[in-house]
Amino acid sequence: MNILEIKNVSKSYSGHQALSDISLNVPEGCVYGLLGPNGAGKTTLLRIINHITAPDTGSVTFNGHTLNAEDVNDIGYLPEERGLYKKMKVGDQALFFARLKGLSKAEATRRLHEWFTRFGIMDWWGKKVEELSKGMAQKVQFIITVLHQPRLLIFDEPFSGFDPINANLLKEEILRLRDNGSTIIFSTHNMESVEKVCDHITLIDRSHNILTGRVSDIRSEAGKGRLSLTFRGSDNGLIDALRPLVEPQSLHRSGTTDPEVTRIRMKMLPETSVSRIIDTANRLVDIDSFNRDLPSMNEIFIDAVNRHNLPLLPDSGDKQNSIN
Amino acid sequence: MHRFFIVVQREYMERVSKKSFIISTLLMPLLMVALMVAPILIQKATTPETITIGVADTSGKIFPRLKSGESVKFVEMTDAPASSDRFCNDSIDGYLVITADILSKGASERIDLILNTTSNIQFESEVTSQINDAIETERLLEYNISNLPSILDNVRSDVSLNLIRTDKDDSDSMPTEFSAILGIIMSMLLYVFLLLYGIQVMQSIVEEKSNRVLEVIVSSIRPTQLLTGKIAGIGLVAITQILIWAVCLLILSVAVLPAIMSPDMLADVQAMQAGAQIADTADIELVGAIATVTNPAFIFQLFFWLIIFLVGGFLLYASLFAAVGSAVDNIQDASQLQTVIIMPIIVAMLSSMSVASAPDSGLVFWLSMIPFTSPMVMMARIPFGIPVWQTILSAILLYASIAGAVWCAAKIYRVGIFMYGKKPDIREIIRWISYK
Repeated sequence: MNILEIKNVSKSYSGHQALSDISLNVPEGCVYGLLGPNGAGKTTLLRIINHITAPDTGSVTFNGHTLNAEDVNDIGYLPEERGLYKKMKVGDQALFFARLKGLSKAEATRRLHEWFTRFGIMDWWGKKVEELSKGMAQKVQFIITVLHQPRLLIFDEPFSGFDPINANLLKEEILRLRDNGSTIIFSTHNMESVEKVCDHITLIDRSHNILTGRVSDIRSEAGKGRLSLTFRGSDNGLIDALRPLVEPQSLHRSGTTDPEVTRIRMKMLPETSVSRIIDTANRLVDIDSFNRDLPSMNEIFIDAVNRHNLPLLPDSGDKQNSIN
Repeated sequence: MHRFFIVVQREYMERVSKKSFIISTLLMPLLMVALMVAPILIQKATTPETITIGVADTSGKIFPRLKSGESVKFVEMTDAPASSDRFCNDSIDGYLVITADILSKGASERIDLILNTTSNIQFESEVTSQINDAIETERLLEYNISNLPSILDNVRSDVSLNLIRTDKDDSDSMPTEFSAILGIIMSMLLYVFLLLYGIQVMQSIVEEKSNRVLEVIVSSIRPTQLLTGKIAGIGLVAITQILIWAVCLLILSVAVLPAIMSPDMLADVQAMQAGAQIADTADIELVGAIATVTNPAFIFQLFFWLIIFLVGGFLLYASLFAAVGSAVDNIQDASQLQTVIIMPIIVAMLSSMSVASAPDSGLVFWLSMIPFTSPMVMMARIPFGIPVWQTILSAILLYASIAGAVWCAAKIYRVGIFMYGKKPDIREIIRWISYK
C-alpha cells in the first residue's frame, strides 16, 4: 500500500516553473530517496507534502485520502535549513513543538525524557539553544521531528552538519524508525547514503521527474553488462584482446591501492558472454578478481541528469528565494 | 489545546518570564514620575537666593511697611552710602533711596535701585509691589478715614476661578492643567507601547524567518494562525503590564496615599470625592488632583479606555509591523520600511501635545477619529471630558480598520515568510496582498 501518492502535480511561482507534472508513489514502510540537483524543485515538493503550500494542479493522497491540514500531525518534517529559537530553553522548545503536533504536555514530556536519555543529553534540558553547538542543536531538532511518532517522516539533507559518528547514529535511528513502521522520505545530495538506506528513489531535475524506481532495479538496470576485472602483473595484451568483445569507449584501465594489481572496467557487447571474457582474461593474465560492476548512485545521478538536459551546469541552484 | 493558543502561550510566557519585562514594568512608572517631578525639582533648585536690600527712607513711612520675604530682605539704612564706598558694607546686595516727598509725587515715579548682583523678575516684582502697596496705604491714611485698617481688610479680594461645565453631565470636572498633564501622560504611554510592542512583533517575525525556525513551525500550523497567535501573545504582555500598573495605582490610592497625607487634606479629598464643596484651602488644586486620581471610579474609567485604545492601536500597528517583518530577512533591512509606519505614530504623539490648547479643534477632532492617529490623540482628549459618543465612534472606526489591516498583513505574511534574498519595495509588498 502507498502511504503517499502524488499525481500530476505542478506548481509555479511568478513565472518560474518549480514542478511540472510530477507523479510518484511512496510505499508504506520504505525509505524513499528524493534526489536532484539544487534548484530542481525538491523543497517545493516537500512543502506541498507538508501542506505548507498547495499545488497549482494535481493531487496529493495521504494514507488513502486527499491530504488535509490535520494530516500534519502524522507527518514529521526536518527542513534543510534547520532552525530553533535561540533564546528558548531546549526542553521548553521541544515541548512547544510537540504540542503543536497535537501531543499532550504530559505525553510529550514523557517521550522527550525517553529520547533525551537515550541520546545522553538529559543535561541539555534547561540550556538555551544558543549555548549548544550546531551538531547538538541538530540532535535536538531531530528529536523534535520524530517525537510525535508520525507515520511519514521527511528529512531534507539530514546528515549535513553531522560528524561521521553522529551521522552514523542518525542513520541507525532512521532505519530503526522505519523498522517501527514509519515511512521515510529522504531528500539528499549524498549519494553514498542513498545507496545505504534508500529502497526507492525519484530523481527530479529542473522540475521534472526523470528517474524513479527501486534502488536495486535502477542499479542493476544501469549496470547491465558492466564488469570489473583485476589482475596481478603485466597485462600481456589483454586490452587489445578484449577490445572486440566490449563497447570500446567503456574500456578503462586504472591502478588500485596495491601497485601490483591493475583494474579494468568495461561494458560488454550484447552478443558477447561473461564466460568468453573470463576465458580471454584467464589465458593472458593472473586474475585477482572478477565481478559485475554496479554503478554507484552518484554515477547514475550524474548520468541521468546529463542525459536529461545537456549541458549540466555544475550548480544551477539559485537559492535567492524559496523557489528551489 | 488549539494550536493558536499554544503559540499565544509561548509568545506570552517567553516574554513575561524575561528579566527585562520585570525590570521595565518596575522602571516605567518611576521614569514617568521622574519626568513629572524633575521640572519641579529643577525649579526648586534654581529658586534665587534672598537678596538683601538696604533702604534709606528719609520719609520714614515706607520702610516700616516693607516685609522681608523669601526673595528679598529689607534692612534699614540711615543714609545712602557715599558713591566712593557704595558697597563697603558686605551685608547688603544693594540699596534704594526713598525721598521724603515720595507720597506727593506722581503715579509713575521712578526709584533707583543700585545692585551689585543679578536681579530677577520675582525679586523686582516683589520690591515694586511692596513699595506700591506701602505708598497706596500711606496715601489713603492721609485722608484721615476712621477705621481705615478694618475697611481695607474688608475690601481686599482674592478671586480664583472655579470651572463648571454646562456641556457635559459630569459634575466633577478637573482642573484644566491637570487634564492636560494626564492627557499627555496617556498619549506618551500609548506612544511608548505602540512602538515597543509593535517592534517586538516585527522582531519576532524576522527572528523566526532568519533563524529558519519558521519552516518547522509552518509544517504544524497555518501561517495565519501563527501570525495572529503571535500578535495576541505580545498584546497580552502589553495588557499585563498596564494591568499591573492599574492595580499598583489602586493600591496607592486606597491604601498608601491616605496613610501619608495629612488628616486635614485627607478630609478635604474625601469630601471632594463625595461631591461636597470644600472650604477654600491653599492647596485646592492639589486636593482636586488627588481627589480625582485616587477615585477608583475614575481609575477604572481611564484604564478602561486606555486598554481599549491600547489594544486597538497595538493590533493596527502590530499588523503593519508584521507586514514589514515578513518582507525582510534581517532587522537591518527593516529600518527603511518601518519608518513609514513610525511616521504616523510620531505625528499622533506631537498632535497630542497640542490638544491641551484646543481639545475641541477641528484638526484634533479628525486626528482623534482617523485610526492611525486616533489612539493617542483620543487618549489625550479624554481627560478634558469630551462627549462620550466621540470616544465610542473613534473606537469603532479603529477596530473596523484593524480587521482590514490584519487581513492584509496575513496575506503579506504568507508570501513574505518564504521569500529570501532581494529586499522587496513597498509596491511589491502590496502586490503580495493579491496573491492566491
